[in-house]
Amino acid sequence: MPSTSAVDSTTAPSPSDPSFDARIAEQWYQPRIPRAVLKELMKRDDAAGLRNFIPWFALLVASGAVAAFTWGTWWAVPAFFVYGTIYSSSDARWHELSHGTPFKTRWINDAFYHLSSFMTIREGYWWRWSHARHHTHTYFQTRDPEIQVTRPTKVLPIVADFAGLVGCTLEIGKVVRHAFGRVDAATDAFLPASEKPKMIWSCRIYLAVVLGTIALALALHSFLPLMFVWTPRFYGGWLHQLLGLTQHAGLAVNVKDHRLNTRTVHTNFVFRFLYLNMNYHLEHHLLPMVPFHALPRLHDAIKDQLPPAYPSVYAAYREMLPALWKQRSDPKHVIERTLPAA
Amino acid sequence: MSVETNAKVHWIAACAPDDIDEEDVMRFDHDGASYAVYRIAEGYYASDGWCTHEHAHLADGFVINREIECPLHQGRFDIPSGKAKSAPVCVHLKTYPVRVEDGEVLLGLPVQDAS
Repeated sequence: MPSTSAVDSTTAPSPSDPSFDARIAEQWYQPRIPRAVLKELMKRDDAAGLRNFIPWFALLVASGAVAAFTWGTWWAVPAFFVYGTIYSSSDARWHELSHGTPFKTRWINDAFYHLSSFMTIREGYWWRWSHARHHTHTYFQTRDPEIQVTRPTKVLPIVADFAGLVGCTLEIGKVVRHAFGRVDAATDAFLPASEKPKMIWSCRIYLAVVLGTIALALALHSFLPLMFVWTPRFYGGWLHQLLGLTQHAGLAVNVKDHRLNTRTVHTNFVFRFLYLNMNYHLEHHLLPMVPFHALPRLHDAIKDQLPPAYPSVYAAYREMLPALWKQRSDPKHVIERTLPAA
Repeated sequence: MSVETNAKVHWIAACAPDDIDEEDVMRFDHDGASYAVYRIAEGYYASDGWCTHEHAHLADGFVINREIECPLHQGRFDIPSGKAKSAPVCVHLKTYPVRVEDGEVLLGLPVQDAS
């Protein structure tokens, strides 16, 4: 098992150091893998994508139907728990689709991308560009916009986000502001001008759908319609947060080696299905052009170059939680991963 | 390396045709610049090697039909035209003429770019 220790992370880059941005992309550690093997792994396949997305969508519809049928009874509690959990796995789909890798056919990829972006409350144009920065500057403080756990650790937001209370609330506010054309300087800094009108209109469509759902609820004198749109990211977001925290939390910051700041965690079939194999998160960051269905094969091809994968989500949390707790008062403390000999 | 000159371009030998697999890309460095040479169903093509979005070499990317996908953020360019096709790439890629002669893939580099 990896151990925790107090190793110093390198210094966070200055926000005003443009040369850092020019340098970083070529400095990340790259695994050794024959080009022919990598080409095979990178192949896109509509059938492989649909083998996940069709059952996922069918489960979403079926669980929603059961939940609606049980509305007004106590059976609705477990039924909506299941629906909300499946619904919230739209976040894993948004992520993978933002890379354009699940499907070979672009329009299928784009259609599912915008659907899952809406479902998970991550406006598609804004987040495509934001996520690009996460891959360029993974866990570099002052650069990466997707650092989930601050240093020092703030416990309350982590716990609250098991119900989406921080992340999703912020996203709703952002969608509303952008729908009215109020775009902040930070967005202007990374979103090309040509994308801004698309983002604003996308937000307006999001709001129109939600307002339409609210109108339907008012007309029916029932909260039921609202149980199906956006609210599942709150009442069903636990699995997304549970698995999402294992990606980077507690690991080194400001290092140019994903093996030190990103985890791979083995887990069960159901979680892998819902999470689109993003438990192989280290492999995803090393070679993001490999689609989700090929990540287990990529893991097998390069695992001798990586720190050992965590055998379970429990094992990851058993190491991560004490480290996060310690980082409340000692932000320099990190979980140190043991790298294989070169 | 053979160099042939005409009024507008130098033709520089980059590789042998079989050095690049079908549906693949190869890096070619010349005179301080870096290029990507492609082999797709329609033939051989060449472009600047570095993505116009961020610092990633397209020879590390993936050829899908007529497009090259950047390895870093999966933005795509049309290989024959260099046109940016999908976010996060917005700026088109500079392309170069290519011809295959006498067992060599030749890149037509502007005179000022060629040695």
